[in-house]
Amino acid sequence: MMRLSHFDFLAPATIEEAVGLLQSKGADARLMAGGTDLLMKIKLGAIKPGFIISLKKIGGLDQISFDPTTGLTIGATALLADVADHPDILKHYPTVAQAARGTANVQVRNMGTVIGNLCNASPASDNAPTLLAMEAVLHIAGPEGKRKLPLDQFFKGPGMTALKPSEIVTAVGVPVLPPNAGTAYISLSARGKLDCTAVGAAVMVTMSGDVCKDIRLFVASCGPTPLRAVKAEEIIRGKQISDDLLAQAGSQASQESRPITDLRASGEYRTKMISVLTERVITEASKKARG
Amino acid sequence: MKQVIKLSVNGDPYTVAVDPCQTLNEVLREELNLTGVKLGCGSGDCGACTVHVDGRAVSSCLTLAVEMDGKEILTAEGLAPSGETLHPIQEAFIDKGAIQCGFCTCGMEMSALNLLQKNPSPTETEIREAISGNLCRCTGYTKIVEAISAAGEKMREGDR
Repeated sequence: MMRLSHFDFLAPATIEEAVGLLQSKGADARLMAGGTDLLMKIKLGAIKPGFIISLKKIGGLDQISFDPTTGLTIGATALLADVADHPDILKHYPTVAQAARGTANVQVRNMGTVIGNLCNASPASDNAPTLLAMEAVLHIAGPEGKRKLPLDQFFKGPGMTALKPSEIVTAVGVPVLPPNAGTAYISLSARGKLDCTAVGAAVMVTMSGDVCKDIRLFVASCGPTPLRAVKAEEIIRGKQISDDLLAQAGSQASQESRPITDLRASGEYRTKMISVLTERVITEASKKARG
Repeated sequence: MKQVIKLSVNGDPYTVAVDPCQTLNEVLREELNLTGVKLGCGSGDCGACTVHVDGRAVSSCLTLAVEMDGKEILTAEGLAPSGETLHPIQEAFIDKGAIQCGFCTCGMEMSALNLLQKNPSPTETEIREAISGNLCRCTGYTKIVEAISAAGEKMREGDR
């Protein structure tokens, strides 16, 4: 059975201390929040870090807070299970809760974190597409101080992010959603629950009556990162949503994605499903937006 | 270098020197001889290693022991501490024939407890969702779902 290779375990008490440790240990150190992805990578021999730096002892980093003017903030060690069950998230950002609940199984949700899922930068992440659709912003701390980075500038490829050396994502912020906004996320996988998403779509639409004033549409698991379907958005934006328009947008989203064939699904299936899911998420989100 | 941790396991205090790369599963099974905690996939998919840490079900195979300092752990052995009177969940698993080879059973019971503590009257769908991280390769899930439902009833009666 797989055992972990040897490493030293460090549990700093502050962000500054954690950044300092990342600077002094360099590439031999890995940050850990819940550890569900990181420990598997070590068990499988994909990485062999000399040091693990846990974020769990840093006070306040597990907080989830909602403010009616600034929006939602989810700290780096807030558990997927707590995001899925949080009353403010269920009320104001139900799709964020849905995506967290759709991640892995009960046990992993009691260990893993939303931020960890983002930093792992898997194209199949359940939490990235919805947060991208809602214009989420990452709070980052590093040797040069703090900065904010829109989530849509974060993903660079499978496992690759825009984080610079010794930087830490401390939280993700989601702005207050615009009035008359609706969101939706649908994901498909072979077994439906535990396995990684084979294809997914997330959207936020802002409606004015039957007219879609604005739209942000992302497809998941169909490219090296979650992809924004910009041209499909253009078909919908400013228009009255109709079946014909939805079909055009679905077809366009398929053309914009770059799915591969792997064990989770064939590229052909993914291409077809993007079209279907695009229509469904826009329909669902626009219904929610109109109340 | 080994680090000394203090933790509570099934109500008993322990002080253990652990290597940072040891999982909670390894420490429970190999140092504390609590072999009700199984090791199945080792990757957080099968649920055979499920234990509670501070009241939440987790995969002990993906939990570092060194992070357990000050934590309260509950394993299946802790469900019936005296070894004489079984927990309602254990009774229900026997009564309903929800055990065959037994490898998944302890993990199933810990996931059942995790559910019933929060939701004493779960629907069948809620039960199935709650054990979706626990694989059984013998009996299928029908008997297990029935057992968890019956255990919920027993536990509700016990509260009255």
